[in-house]
Amino acid sequence: MKRLSLLIFSALLFGISCGDGAAERKKEQPFDLAKVEQQPEVHGTEIKDVTLTNPLDKAMITSGKGIFDLKCAACHKLTDEKLVGPGWKGVTKKRQPVWIMNMITNVDMMLEKDPEAQKLLEQCLVRMPNQNITEKEARDIVEFMRQNDGEK
Amino acid sequence: MKNQILNFIAICLLGAVGFGTQSCKPKDAGSAVSGDAAAKVYVAPGKKDEFYNIVSGGFNGQMSVYGLPSGRLFRIVPVFSVFPENGYGYSEETKPMLNTSHGFVPWDDLHHIALSQTKGEHDGRWAFGNANNTPRIGRVDMKTFRTTEIIEIPNSGGNHSSPFITENSEYVVASSRFSVPVGETDVPISSFKKNFKGYISFIKADKEGEMDIAFQLKMPGVSFDLARAGKGKSHGWFFFSCYNTEQANTLLEVNASQKDKDFILAVNWKKAEEYLKQGKAQKVKARYAHNVYSEKTHTATSTIKEDVMVIDPKECPDIVYFMPCPKSPHGCDTDPTGEYIVGSGKLAAVIPVFSFTKIQKAIAEKTFDGDFDGIPILKYDAVLHGEVQKPGLGPLHTEFDGKGSAYTSFFVSSEIVKWDIASLKVLDRAPTYYSVGHLCVPGGPTTKPHGKYAIAYNKITKDRYLPTGPELTQSAQLYDISGDKMKLLLDFPTVGEPHYAEAIPASLIAPNSVKIYKIEENTNPFVTKGEGQSRIERKGNQVHVYMTSIRSHFTPDNIEGVKLGDEVYFHITNLEQDWDVPHGFAVRGATNAEILIMPGETQTLKWKPDAVGVVPMYCTDFCSALHQEMQGYVRVSPANSNIPLKWGTGDKAPKDASIGLK
Repeated sequence: MKRLSLLIFSALLFGISCGDGAAERKKEQPFDLAKVEQQPEVHGTEIKDVTLTNPLDKAMITSGKGIFDLKCAACHKLTDEKLVGPGWKGVTKKRQPVWIMNMITNVDMMLEKDPEAQKLLEQCLVRMPNQNITEKEARDIVEFMRQNDGEK
Repeated sequence: MKNQILNFIAICLLGAVGFGTQSCKPKDAGSAVSGDAAAKVYVAPGKKDEFYNIVSGGFNGQMSVYGLPSGRLFRIVPVFSVFPENGYGYSEETKPMLNTSHGFVPWDDLHHIALSQTKGEHDGRWAFGNANNTPRIGRVDMKTFRTTEIIEIPNSGGNHSSPFITENSEYVVASSRFSVPVGETDVPISSFKKNFKGYISFIKADKEGEMDIAFQLKMPGVSFDLARAGKGKSHGWFFFSCYNTEQANTLLEVNASQKDKDFILAVNWKKAEEYLKQGKAQKVKARYAHNVYSEKTHTATSTIKEDVMVIDPKECPDIVYFMPCPKSPHGCDTDPTGEYIVGSGKLAAVIPVFSFTKIQKAIAEKTFDGDFDGIPILKYDAVLHGEVQKPGLGPLHTEFDGKGSAYTSFFVSSEIVKWDIASLKVLDRAPTYYSVGHLCVPGGPTTKPHGKYAIAYNKITKDRYLPTGPELTQSAQLYDISGDKMKLLLDFPTVGEPHYAEAIPASLIAPNSVKIYKIEENTNPFVTKGEGQSRIERKGNQVHVYMTSIRSHFTPDNIEGVKLGDEVYFHITNLEQDWDVPHGFAVRGATNAEILIMPGETQTLKWKPDAVGVVPMYCTDFCSALHQEMQGYVRVSPANSNIPLKWGTGDKAPKDASIGLK
């Protein structure tokens, strides 16, 4: 029996000498999740200031129309008729250019903070999607919208 | 009672110490887990795991992706088997990925993972997997978690010893578990010794879309089991375990277990490259497929190749050497320094550890022990660093922690044994539940293991989970190896049957994960760039529907003018450009599957209507509050009908004039 106890004792001693895995884990650098979010994505920064010029810029209009055909026309008409989202006729009279551009490039912020954007979501029930549009492209879309609203 | 318990513990300890095998299992398996195990594996809601665990799916032909330490399953990546869940192997774009010299093969058995390396360390670019049945190697892009390339391996039968990788991803290897007759192939099976050869392929892997068999080594007819590249000082060499050196062709269970020692084969692949450059390889006729998936056209292409370069070591000396290894070796693993090669004989009572330095010396001094079919056999004692004595029963595979310890799995005695590489002393043993096959330590096969955990991939689960009839879940077990003693932390079920797996820090993969495909860059020949371009084109009895999807409608969603006998191709472009917004597509009675279309992607589902009528179609991936409304109809008319093709959505949907008049 004495011999058995000795064995147990030495086993306990050995057990006590186990390293503490959790403590070691804490020392290591945690995986930085922020890096995942830092991928080059073109939306997510609030646009605060836009300058409009006249006459309208033809190259911007062409670019804006191209983006409209590819990424917007599935849900927005150029009349004032609502499809999935509101029709575009009159939008530049009703909204500030920064509002329009943030709605395009920064929709999460708008739906969180902006009462007008929230009202639209209640009407349409489909979130305005992020269509991966740059600030410059959004500005081109505004130029195309201005032309659609009859500006010269 | 107390004495009885003490006696039981003491006997267990005696058993463990004295007999060197795990001879007693706690009656209550839960008692094997220490108190803080739950805290160590708990990843709180919204928090992320520290490692990706890329796990082979065995007979499901897929790779699966888990998080560690939580053991949560994130994704199943289809590689060699069709996957109706997302349309892999069913969509027109992905069908060519599964093309082979035998035609379309919808299934395989994926056993081993090799993550790409640069300078001996994980670089997070690709995961390679092997097809065991119809020999192939597949490449999965870790930016998209998709299979982007598959190459078939000729002159092989059972690509088991694969796809192990060199330290700069120069090559992945594919060596045959079955030797096969090559050239004159209609031969008696019993002519094995005369006619059968074992081929080892070195496949260029460092350029995406350009996997290519650089050369094959024509070896004697044995079975190659597993392999590892040399690293560091042994970079330029590759080691392969061989069994059935008896060259049996029937009842291998008995007939391939006769010899006390089989071999580990050491290959000097740098030397083989020189012979290749000198034109010493022979161009041999072969037929094998090379399939590449483009992330720009979102389409796979399959090319059949017609020849392969073969090097015969009998004509090109100093490339290959056999090293005796007891007994039917499975694992064949190089330690992080590249100096030690560990053989794990499935039936052996010791673990032999070979020394690369001694191998070089024995080769230089020609310390040979005869030859096997003309290939020199290095003298066992001359190349041996030493043997781990009485390690356990049925050693299979060894991984490393980068701190001088090795971890070997034991199938028969169901345990992981930790031992010291330098002194060859056993340091610790931990039971597995049950019958562990492969092990994984994060970064284990690299020059800089990340350590921290060992994962056991078990072959038997028996009483560990709620029963599900005769077929039980497959399972892995996570151990904390950061301390002196291994600690069991977690059981987690796995899909398919897990064989080899690798684990890699999330920080090497997550930041590069692709969120969307840019629609501007989509060059699928059937792309629809904007709803304005949606249309239908008839070419004979082929009807091509250029369709778009966006939350939450298809355009067109009403289609008329399809006739019985037509083949309808739905080319669907997902116009979304937001992360995590795929759309799905299914049509009633389609005899293939659904397709899932990622943002910015185009995929095609082929459908052959089999009856006249109006057939529903809908989006299968919940996309918005109005997802249930994302649906449409196709009108199928008799073959001789003269109803013209008409299509549209909303006010552009086809209208019947007679209804308009009412």
